[in-house]
Amino acid sequence: MSMESAAGRGLAAPRPRPERTIRAQRALDILVRSIVPVLLALAAGAILLLALGRDPLSFYRNIWDGGVAAGSWQDSAIAMAPFLLIAAGLTLIFRANIWNLGYNGQFLLGAALVSGYAPSLVKDVPLWLAFTLLFLLSGAVAGAWTLLPAILKARFGTNEIITTLMMSFIGIDLASILIKGPFHDPSTPLPQTAVIPLNKMLPSIPGTRIHIGLLVAIAAILVVHYLLTRTSWGLRLQIMGANPRAARHFGISLARLTVVSFLASGFLVGLAACADIMGLWGYIRTGWNPAYGDLIIPFVFLARLNALAVLPFVAFFAVLYTGGDLAAQQANLPTDFLYILVGLILLFMTVIEYLGRKRALGASYLTPGLKQSLRSGLIRRRRAK
Amino acid sequence: MSGANLASGIGLLSPVSSSRPSTLIELRGITKAFPGVVANDCIDLTLRGGEIHCLLGENGAGKSTLIGILSGLIRPDAGRIAIDGVETAITSPRRALELGIGTVHQHSTLIPALTVLENLMLGDSRTLRLNERAARSRLADLSAQLSVEIDPDARVADLALGHQQQVEIVKALWRGSRLLILDEPTSMLTPQGVAELAKVLDRLKQSGQAVVFITHKLHEALTLGDQISILRQGRLVGEITPEEIRTQSQAELRAEIIRIMFGEEARSVAGVAELREELTSLPTTGHRSKSGDVVLELRKLTVRGAGSERGVDDISFQLHEGEILGIAGIDGHGQRALAEAIAGQRHPSRGQVLLYGAEVTGLPVSARQKLGLRYVTDDRLGEGIVGMLPVSLNLFLKRIGEPPYWRRGRIQRSVIDKRAGELVREFDVRTPSVATRVATLSGGNIQKVLLARELSFNPKVVVFHKPTYGLDVKTTATVRELIRRLAADGGAALVISTDLDELLEICDRIAVLSRGRLVGTVANGPDAAEQVGELMIGDVPVEEAA
Repeated sequence: MSMESAAGRGLAAPRPRPERTIRAQRALDILVRSIVPVLLALAAGAILLLALGRDPLSFYRNIWDGGVAAGSWQDSAIAMAPFLLIAAGLTLIFRANIWNLGYNGQFLLGAALVSGYAPSLVKDVPLWLAFTLLFLLSGAVAGAWTLLPAILKARFGTNEIITTLMMSFIGIDLASILIKGPFHDPSTPLPQTAVIPLNKMLPSIPGTRIHIGLLVAIAAILVVHYLLTRTSWGLRLQIMGANPRAARHFGISLARLTVVSFLASGFLVGLAACADIMGLWGYIRTGWNPAYGDLIIPFVFLARLNALAVLPFVAFFAVLYTGGDLAAQQANLPTDFLYILVGLILLFMTVIEYLGRKRALGASYLTPGLKQSLRSGLIRRRRAK
Repeated sequence: MSGANLASGIGLLSPVSSSRPSTLIELRGITKAFPGVVANDCIDLTLRGGEIHCLLGENGAGKSTLIGILSGLIRPDAGRIAIDGVETAITSPRRALELGIGTVHQHSTLIPALTVLENLMLGDSRTLRLNERAARSRLADLSAQLSVEIDPDARVADLALGHQQQVEIVKALWRGSRLLILDEPTSMLTPQGVAELAKVLDRLKQSGQAVVFITHKLHEALTLGDQISILRQGRLVGEITPEEIRTQSQAELRAEIIRIMFGEEARSVAGVAELREELTSLPTTGHRSKSGDVVLELRKLTVRGAGSERGVDDISFQLHEGEILGIAGIDGHGQRALAEAIAGQRHPSRGQVLLYGAEVTGLPVSARQKLGLRYVTDDRLGEGIVGMLPVSLNLFLKRIGEPPYWRRGRIQRSVIDKRAGELVREFDVRTPSVATRVATLSGGNIQKVLLARELSFNPKVVVFHKPTYGLDVKTTATVRELIRRLAADGGAALVISTDLDELLEICDRIAVLSRGRLVGTVANGPDAAEQVGELMIGDVPVEEAA
């Protein structure tokens, strides 16, 4: 009963019963699909820890201690800022059924430019202006880095998965060249940029250590959610993602929409880079590639490409990420153990997706467009009769 | 070349004789229903060795289903198949091949990047190791028997379509076929290619091979066939026996087949009677003279096809106010290119589209939509709707961003839901609510959603593409009535349909589209069916220099 009322929230008029039970069922399915893979991954991780001769309970307690307890939640919140911004950028473009997988290159290029220009900029202009310029610069550069794949996709239908990945590699190396070359801090032989003074970095939210990049990130999530659910642009984007042929039928300009959504996605990834450098690191050196996007992607899908649902998942992951470091050290495991947990979540998502298809476990993680393209071969054959 | 040699090569056992050859495969009472349509209704067919059996029929007559059943792709709901007198179930395409049934499908199944030999060896999954030498000699044998020249090492992509088809035939014969099925083999060929195919078929026939030849071209059936079976709406409605073919003149046979395919006799046979009754009971506006002003004009419109789909060439016509103009033709002859160019979804390479005398050729879909030029697509599920969106939004997908439904880019849900509710009532869309996902509706209700979208907000000229395809009798009647009402209210309709009965029912004039060209226009009247039929069959030569 309580489940039904929870599912019926947001419905003004009373509906006939079947509709309500369907909605309740759907809500339950979403819950099952979103939470169960995480729980299974934690359980499997525990078994793995046991097999390695570690105590899983103390491992997970250490994650709690390192990621939530005693003010360490603030570290998790700091880690959330770039995660959320990347998740916003990916949610947006995945909804269009476009796969921007070049986030690492986009991120590092933005980060390199921010680290390169920030030291002088924060000295020369008012801080608020410097921050604004740096955010815009980082966003613009990362956005521009998607332009080539975007145009190729819009004009020739080139597979963006390949082009964005290629551009990502180029971007990573270009960032490294910039750090060693024009942005190199002459005062150190290490290949790194000059360190931004602590008092010139992004200010904290009063009463915490959390920099205001988190607010930018939450704002970005809300904007993306608004765009996708309330605006004509978001509707066009989703139609393109769900059924590009229909989009053409409705007179939607696919080419323009493709380019714009690429730019928007890259821009958000660029904001993530600026927030991370200006809020947390203060400089960049070569070889640094946190690959946040790779870690975030599973959670974007667990949230079913719903921008608001991304918030709790990213928060969960931020705790895992922050506390996991400490827990792994104490258990004498490499910090890469975290990647195993993320991999397990992905694995169980796949299992649930498979079971879901067999037993109608509600909506899929995949977008309608992606499912369509996976299935289209089959459909064509069926129509041929 | 000796007959024995031929027979051993193709895997044939019975000798060639001048009397009626022996029965190879017998179909009895084959029935297959798909949701909403009986594709094959109690079909009996006897296929004999050394005979070319032509299956003639319009689109949707059930030809493809029948060959699907023979080639193991489709299991029949009822009926028996006997091979050499033994009742046999053709359970899979592989089983069909083992039973000696080879099929050449309408569209190429060869892999363009591989060589001829590689393509042929693909089917040889019996052994793990590919035996190239044996394959080479097998190919040499078969091409000698068909007396065609096939280069085993040529890449398929480099071959002309006619040669590709020869490879397809060899592939179908590869494992010792006794029955060869050719599905519209001439549709892609030049006249020379057709002549060459005829020679190959003749040789196959002499070697005792049974051939099923599917076509909708009458003259091919008459020149190539030993026996002709005519299908219509899933039923076998007529047969021309070898005796008749031998004894009667071509003209007599033609007249008879056209009568069976399109004439009154067929219409009553095929059970359209009840539909006609229902339709005539509705008030009709009657056929008007085309005195109205020209509302839509096409001038020498040429549209390139997309991929394997055919485009249209040099199309000109005028549509008048209050008129319903039909475009008849066999599916895939450029209908989609024509419709999409008028709707603005596709850019013509040459020519003009004029609406009320003003050119709209360069205008996008939304602008034409606002001017009252609408398009009801034939591909309802594929492009007409976005299944995951609710009925309400689907009704406004051609007006995204327009006030009052969107204001400053922000959706006005209550305005949309209110107007959607009115449209749902007006067009009698059966849906639990306007918030229901449109994909859950039935085909007929989805079509009503499309009609509500295109026929609301002051429609002027509406292109209907197969408007009643796959709909039940009642919805069909509703749709046709809507088209009539549009014309009666001073609009104009262009109805593109492969269903000739439909066009005869509602149109004032019927133009015939064949191979991407308009080959003639017929005023609707008592002889219209036969005239359109002749134009459609394409015996009126429209030969281009090949």
